[in-house]
Amino acid sequence: MNFGVDTGFYPLGSCTMKYNPKINEEIASHPAFAGLHPLQPESTVKGAKEVEEGLGKALCAITGMKAFTFLPCAGAHGELTGLMLIREYHLAHGDTARTKVIVPDSAHGTNPASANVCGLEIVEVKSGANGLVDVESLKPLLGPDIAAIMLTNPNTLGLFEREIGEIAKLVHGCGGLLYYDGANMNPLIGKVRPGDMGFDVLHLNLHKSFSTPHGGGGPGSGPVGVAERLLPCLQNVHTSGFHGNFGVMLRAYAYILMLGRENVKMVGPLATLAANYIKESLKDDYKLPIPSVCKHEFVFDGLINDGARDGVAGATTLDVAKRLLDYGFHAPTIYFPLLFHQALMIEPTETESLETLDAFIDVMHRIAEEAAKDPEMLHSAPHNAPIGRPDETTAARQPVLKYE
Amino acid sequence: MGTFAYFPHTEEDIRVMLKRIGVESIDALYSDVPADFIYKGEYDLPDALSEQQVRDFFDSLGSKNTKLKVFAGLGAYDHYVPAVIPYITSRSEFLTAYTPYQCEISQGTLRYIFEFQSMICRLTGLDVANASMYDGPTAAAEALRMAIASTRKKNKLVVSSLLQEHVLKVIRCYMKYPGYDVVYTEDVLSELGPDVAGVIVPSISRHGIVQDLSGYADAVHAAGALLIEYCDPSALAVLKTPAEWGADIAVGDGQSLGIPLCYGGPYVGFMACKQDYMRKLPGRIVGQALDASGKRCFVLTLQAREQHIRREKATSNICSNESLMALWVTVYLSLMGPEGMKKVNGLSCEGAHYLHAQLLATGKFEDPFPGKPFLKEFCLKPLVPAEKLQQKLLDAGFFAAVSIDGYVNFCVTEKHGKDEIDALVAAVKEV
Amino acid sequence: MSKILDELLYSDSHEWVKVDGNIAIIGVSDFAQAEMGDITYVDVPAEGDEVSKGEEFGALESVKASSELYSPVSGVITEVNADLDATPELINEDPYGAWIIKVEMSDKGELDSLLNAAAYAEIAK
Repeated sequence: MNFGVDTGFYPLGSCTMKYNPKINEEIASHPAFAGLHPLQPESTVKGAKEVEEGLGKALCAITGMKAFTFLPCAGAHGELTGLMLIREYHLAHGDTARTKVIVPDSAHGTNPASANVCGLEIVEVKSGANGLVDVESLKPLLGPDIAAIMLTNPNTLGLFEREIGEIAKLVHGCGGLLYYDGANMNPLIGKVRPGDMGFDVLHLNLHKSFSTPHGGGGPGSGPVGVAERLLPCLQNVHTSGFHGNFGVMLRAYAYILMLGRENVKMVGPLATLAANYIKESLKDDYKLPIPSVCKHEFVFDGLINDGARDGVAGATTLDVAKRLLDYGFHAPTIYFPLLFHQALMIEPTETESLETLDAFIDVMHRIAEEAAKDPEMLHSAPHNAPIGRPDETTAARQPVLKYE
Repeated sequence: MGTFAYFPHTEEDIRVMLKRIGVESIDALYSDVPADFIYKGEYDLPDALSEQQVRDFFDSLGSKNTKLKVFAGLGAYDHYVPAVIPYITSRSEFLTAYTPYQCEISQGTLRYIFEFQSMICRLTGLDVANASMYDGPTAAAEALRMAIASTRKKNKLVVSSLLQEHVLKVIRCYMKYPGYDVVYTEDVLSELGPDVAGVIVPSISRHGIVQDLSGYADAVHAAGALLIEYCDPSALAVLKTPAEWGADIAVGDGQSLGIPLCYGGPYVGFMACKQDYMRKLPGRIVGQALDASGKRCFVLTLQAREQHIRREKATSNICSNESLMALWVTVYLSLMGPEGMKKVNGLSCEGAHYLHAQLLATGKFEDPFPGKPFLKEFCLKPLVPAEKLQQKLLDAGFFAAVSIDGYVNFCVTEKHGKDEIDALVAAVKEV
Repeated sequence: MSKILDELLYSDSHEWVKVDGNIAIIGVSDFAQAEMGDITYVDVPAEGDEVSKGEEFGALESVKASSELYSPVSGVITEVNADLDATPELINEDPYGAWIIKVEMSDKGELDSLLNAAAYAEIAK
């Protein structure tokens, strides 16, 4: 009834569904940690404090930040915490007018939502034709009212924001800060450090880049890292009850210790290799709107030949996604980012073998062939899943949300 | 390559992939990154450990923690964890799944969330519950935001200062930035007025006293505001429910429903509300549906409320929640049933009252709340220095007598037998 | 080609207005309902609430989208279409019959800035 990473390939864009090592689970249930009450005095939780310190230090090494707080329980929670830190920073400098945050149109939905929860006004910056933030469109938005810009780099199209140096200079120049949405950190692990690109605050998703399981939607952990000048702000922000999701931190720390200094360098590069391999293998069947080298993920804009003809609607991205389920694969992220109407966002990770990637590519070819011949068969997919497509409209009009 | 367990590629695999892409090296895939930003230093990380070394490492860290019997509460409770729960929640179909966006292959996740929502509704007596929040304190903060969103053009919130400290801390933080007018007071009803959007009160005070909320709902509703109740879901099995008190929203932490202490997390927040506020409920919600062949199934529903669709106009930014911990709670409640929950509360309450009496009998405490009802935790005013008291108990292997507002907190759960309680009292006598 | 009624006025955010004395009856155009797809919920304010021209007063929701509603005129809401609560699909079925709110206008002059059917036809495509 349920599909997980252990069941099969999970090419879900922006979600980084990598292998969840089993040793991590063993460590997370260690009785010497599981029985600790969160209010115990420090002298009785020295081991737990060493986990926090060790993991924090490792994340600093990987990202180039100065310190981490582990209070946030998820990525969006990290964004909110990070934005609060940014507000604290400006307030500490008497800079009360900085109430706007710049967010690209391709951003994850959590970015504008987090900014709103933090009482910030959102200013959208457009992407250029190359899918990157348009520096010329950014310039007129900058001023004394800008608190920060939120970026994910690579962005949600899987493209590296190559103007990041210039963007950092401009934003810092107007007195604003740079926030890094770490949802897309995986391809940079071992290769590029957000701190070096000029980011002042970031969150990481330990449940993405650092191999902890997604658990059907959580628990995650969204630690926030800051640059030196924001260190004093950390003590003013308390976004969860105790010390954050400690059990998730144990898993991530075990993962990093297994990786070690040498293997960490290959995480991002191998993830990037896998994504480019799939992209190049499928671009003759699926529309590739931006044909440059990608990072951990890329976006197709639907099928090249969707089989549409007189009286027969062509196969959509939704149809492709549902048909994949029949072949034993999870679907990619669909209809996001909003820049492309038939977006199909694919992210493999470094833990998938070439054999798995090839099997996925074969199935994607086969689906493209099926679409060209018989799109109607795809409209009614999946055919072999535990259930068929549900009637979501009626479910939303007359919600039944519990047993009556 | 080929030497590290989490990278399955051989040298040959990499060569094949590079050839298909049409580049010479993996480095070429980073040609779009300005050279300045390619990290050329050594990562300040330890050498890679083997699995055995990782085990040994965490064993040694674990041995630096002091093993203690927990007789403290204040938001995290040492209830018994039935052995079957971790076995079920660690099944990889649950553990390694993502959010159930593809409902056709996620019926397992969707079904247990539906069960979780149903059980939370049953415990609170309210109409609708969501698929979980991060923890109790963030659920409380989000409920206050929800009150603002559910009332038009009101900006004031009244927060009971009797809420536990870790809850107040998070509320203060969340409320600071959007510029709401927030009042913290013990006497919440005295702050009511036409500009108030919501009022939040605990069902059990920070000192362990079960609250009498008679008249609260009427007064709050007369002001056109929403009443939010922060509750311990375990205790709801025996106390008057939020619905019975007339609350509009109930929030709290599911940790007391069999989740290990684990140094503060992962836990799970819950939120339930009356039907009228369903469309303002933050986070994911699972609903029942029919598939194309008329078969009953479950889907994520009412998604137009959420950040991925509504972006900055969403009431909340929550995306990932604590799904697996909701499963944990669901399994726990299904094992316990209404009778089991009454038993857990009964045993905890008996133990707590026994300890309360024994401690007073030592002559080292005064009862600051004589005659007030409490369940599993209570506060006493120590007549010996609180710090010394706590340290003596730590030395004797107990975590208890946590300082709060000039008092010390004790908590007893069904895990503690009479002999353990007597041992704790004996240690107190030594102080 | 979506249906546009000649006798109505339109806003560029796809609301229509039917003027009945001092009352503006407001709904969304056929074009707007088609763009949304199956409407699952209509979020509306309460009777007696004030709205001002260009201000958001509610939203339409479908399974995968949400779209804000903007008031084409200023005034006080005198009536809300209660049928939409249980049957939001009325907007899909008959967008010009399924009005959403009625507003007692505070400034009828605001109607002058709305579009006639011909001008709206230029936008709704």
